[in-house]
Amino acid sequence: MLDERAHRQARMVADRLLRGEDLPLGGYVVAVKDNIAVENEPLTCGSRILDKHPATFSATVVARLEAAGAVIMGKTNLDEFAMGSSTENSGFFPALNPLDPERVPGGSSGGSAVAVAAGICHASLGSETGGSVRQPAALCGICGLKPTYGRLSRYGLVAFGSSLDQVSPFANSCSELYDVFRALAGGDSRDATSSNEPLPAARELKALGRPLRIGVVSEFLDNEALDPSVANAARDTINALKQAGHECKEVHLPSLGYAIPVYYIVATAEASSNLARFDGVRYGYRSPAATDLQTVYDASRGEGFGREVRRRIMMGTYVLSSGYYDAYYKTALRVRRLITNELLTALSGVDVLLTPTTPGTAFKLGEKADDPIAMYLSDIFTVPANLAGIPSVSVPWSKDDLGLPIGMQLMSGHFQEELLLQAGLELERIRPAKS
Amino acid sequence: MNGYELIAGLEIHAQLMTRTKAFCRCENRYGAAPNTLVCPVCLGTPGALPVLNREVVSQATRLALALGANINLRSRFDRKNYFYPDLPKGYQISQFDHPFALGGHLRFSVNGVDKVVNITRAHIEEDAGKSVHLADGSTIVDMNRCGVPLIEIVSEPDFRSASEAGTYLSAMRELLRFVGVCDGNMEEGSLRCDANVSVRKIGETGLRERCEMKNLNSFRNVERAIEAEMKRQIDIYEQGGEIRRQTLQWNDQEERLIPMRVKEGSDDYRYFPEPDLPELVIADSFVREIESAMPELPESRRARYRDDFGLHQEAVYLLASERALSDYFERLLSLGIAPVTASGWVQGDVQRLLNEHEWSIEQFPVSAERLSGVILAVEEKQINRSTGKEFLRTMLSDSRSVGQLIQATGAQQIQDTDKIRKIISSILAKYPDELEKYRSGKTKMVGFFMGQVMQATKGQADPQVAKDILMELLA
Repeated sequence: MLDERAHRQARMVADRLLRGEDLPLGGYVVAVKDNIAVENEPLTCGSRILDKHPATFSATVVARLEAAGAVIMGKTNLDEFAMGSSTENSGFFPALNPLDPERVPGGSSGGSAVAVAAGICHASLGSETGGSVRQPAALCGICGLKPTYGRLSRYGLVAFGSSLDQVSPFANSCSELYDVFRALAGGDSRDATSSNEPLPAARELKALGRPLRIGVVSEFLDNEALDPSVANAARDTINALKQAGHECKEVHLPSLGYAIPVYYIVATAEASSNLARFDGVRYGYRSPAATDLQTVYDASRGEGFGREVRRRIMMGTYVLSSGYYDAYYKTALRVRRLITNELLTALSGVDVLLTPTTPGTAFKLGEKADDPIAMYLSDIFTVPANLAGIPSVSVPWSKDDLGLPIGMQLMSGHFQEELLLQAGLELERIRPAKS
Repeated sequence: MNGYELIAGLEIHAQLMTRTKAFCRCENRYGAAPNTLVCPVCLGTPGALPVLNREVVSQATRLALALGANINLRSRFDRKNYFYPDLPKGYQISQFDHPFALGGHLRFSVNGVDKVVNITRAHIEEDAGKSVHLADGSTIVDMNRCGVPLIEIVSEPDFRSASEAGTYLSAMRELLRFVGVCDGNMEEGSLRCDANVSVRKIGETGLRERCEMKNLNSFRNVERAIEAEMKRQIDIYEQGGEIRRQTLQWNDQEERLIPMRVKEGSDDYRYFPEPDLPELVIADSFVREIESAMPELPESRRARYRDDFGLHQEAVYLLASERALSDYFERLLSLGIAPVTASGWVQGDVQRLLNEHEWSIEQFPVSAERLSGVILAVEEKQINRSTGKEFLRTMLSDSRSVGQLIQATGAQQIQDTDKIRKIISSILAKYPDELEKYRSGKTKMVGFFMGQVMQATKGQADPQVAKDILMELLA
């Protein structure tokens, strides 16, 4: 909780609103994932290695949130360094799904998803590398938008997989996502990978006003990992869209099966380098067992990082090692381009692509904790958008027999967030009434 | 040496003279209090990101053009990963397989013989911090140097003697300074050098195992370290041994090489493309614009000074090695001074005053315009050479023009032949004995009489006119 900062900001926003200022996020209370820097506040990244380490500057997205009138009420729990799909890998404690506390909220932005799903705040910021916002949005029954790579500045977001990372908001509706997105998006001179592509002009999200052309990716629907309840929900969605006058056509993504391995090579390679700075030398945790430079490194990192982070650092180090680089990393980059091309080809004749967001609904705490591969597969539908850098949104559709939410995912071409959210708005309009 | 020859290549790291660092807005300056020129970006604070400084690209382009290298209009940054306390991100931003420039060469003269060394590549990277190892065994780190832009220039293994390597380093320093991209200060570490050394039997074609020597921080050290390493390798081969690839450090105090580490294969830096920086794409027009503003380089100036002006070797090297001095000389030429005359003044009088005051030419208070006034006054015989010299010295602290000085000191040269004739006649009358000596064949007495004339005219008589009249009266 950022009591002092939130009160100060709330007073300032109230003053500005009273003066008649038009603040796009005036009155929004938001939470921010704890891998995004807020000046003078702790920035733990859910890791013991950074416990209580205060940020020396604010992320560009945080500055823009506050400039737009939002009040940041607190920082939220996450899988350590955003590595995980359940928020069980937090270095402190797991996050719980507000709809069923025995189940996970998804991850890695679990805390930010819970904050919105439990009604604690209007919107929140998470971060995506391979689905860390859309997946928990689906599991918690809220909306989550992964913008185009480069739309939102990464300055102040602690890097995991730099070529994939993107700050990504949660909210209860596509309209609110659009408001937050527009307030945060746009080029930043502090992030060389940010884009100056113009923002959508409309101040508020409006219905598209014409039938949508929707590509249904058959490889997602015929996927063996897909839970039957989710498959049924996807078929219902397609029928409802057709009934509402939209055009649905089948498209193909033959290389989908390579998405997860490619993702885990690229993301862990970059992570192994990005996390090298946490070495116990300058800040953060230093092992009391350290006696010389080598043991400062070995013991501090060995004790400071959790098991999943250590696993990924080792994987990333391995795939970049000489002798393995060509077979793993270089090949992965090639397949990444292939998947990107397939996605863009699939998108060329349609407005958006439709898939379920996740293969299944919220799972129980501990259920996949000892099976990293099963955990990794929960990102199978979300990862392609990160690899291609295209925007994607998860919108709640229905619930399974246990009452657990099922989300549908939409993807669009680069920088087409407005069209994407308009399609999301349509899903919200036609989805079955809440039971 | 016993039928062996040296095969050596140099890697030169030059700190670029940008106002700010390579990827952040911190000042790029040597000598500030430790850890005061730092920010989240160069300290690698979590969440901070690098943004390339445009001036780094301009300076790299200037150097690449000066070396005649091929500039890659598309190049890429990579991360070189390793752990060390003075490397706060755990990786160095460098360029690996798509460097900024490829090829090029440097021509210089070793003991009067021309030598051309080929350049393999030149790439942009960032400097690390500076570790200072204390006597108690602890190490402290100054991060001011973190993120200072470097250009690494890798030569082909073209050196066949230690003195070639030393002279190359010196010529590269001269070129870096000439195009204004590095101050070349080796003591402050703005220019550093590593050497790769192997030896082989003369006539052999393949290359034998090489060793790397790090941080050779003076011309002398480069030569001595290469000589020592060459001898070490030859001794090992002569005793039937084999060279193992290793990294050595030259110890200046003990004047010997100290092994740092034995390499097993090559170091694994796990290079991969830097995802925080887009590909570096530069427009051809950007390169052309910089090219059009490039100064004429030493090599071309030397050729001109030698072939067109007929200056001798020493003058050619002095006048083309340092850009400001060379420009000063050329400014004199553009003001109408003949090359040989201008060279004489710059090499002699100007250089003497610079040495006396320990000035660089930039600090010299007399502009080329004012000096040209002095030279022209001498040429036009308004004043003589020695008065000109005195005026130049006066001008160091006196802003008057040569015309004003002539008026004020009454130093106008006497050209009036009647006046000079009168003075000489009276001198000849005053020294009958000396006149007799001359008439009996002691022609050296001309010098004596000339001295008397100059003394009587306080040095203002035009020496040529005076001598003509003296000879006429003596005849």
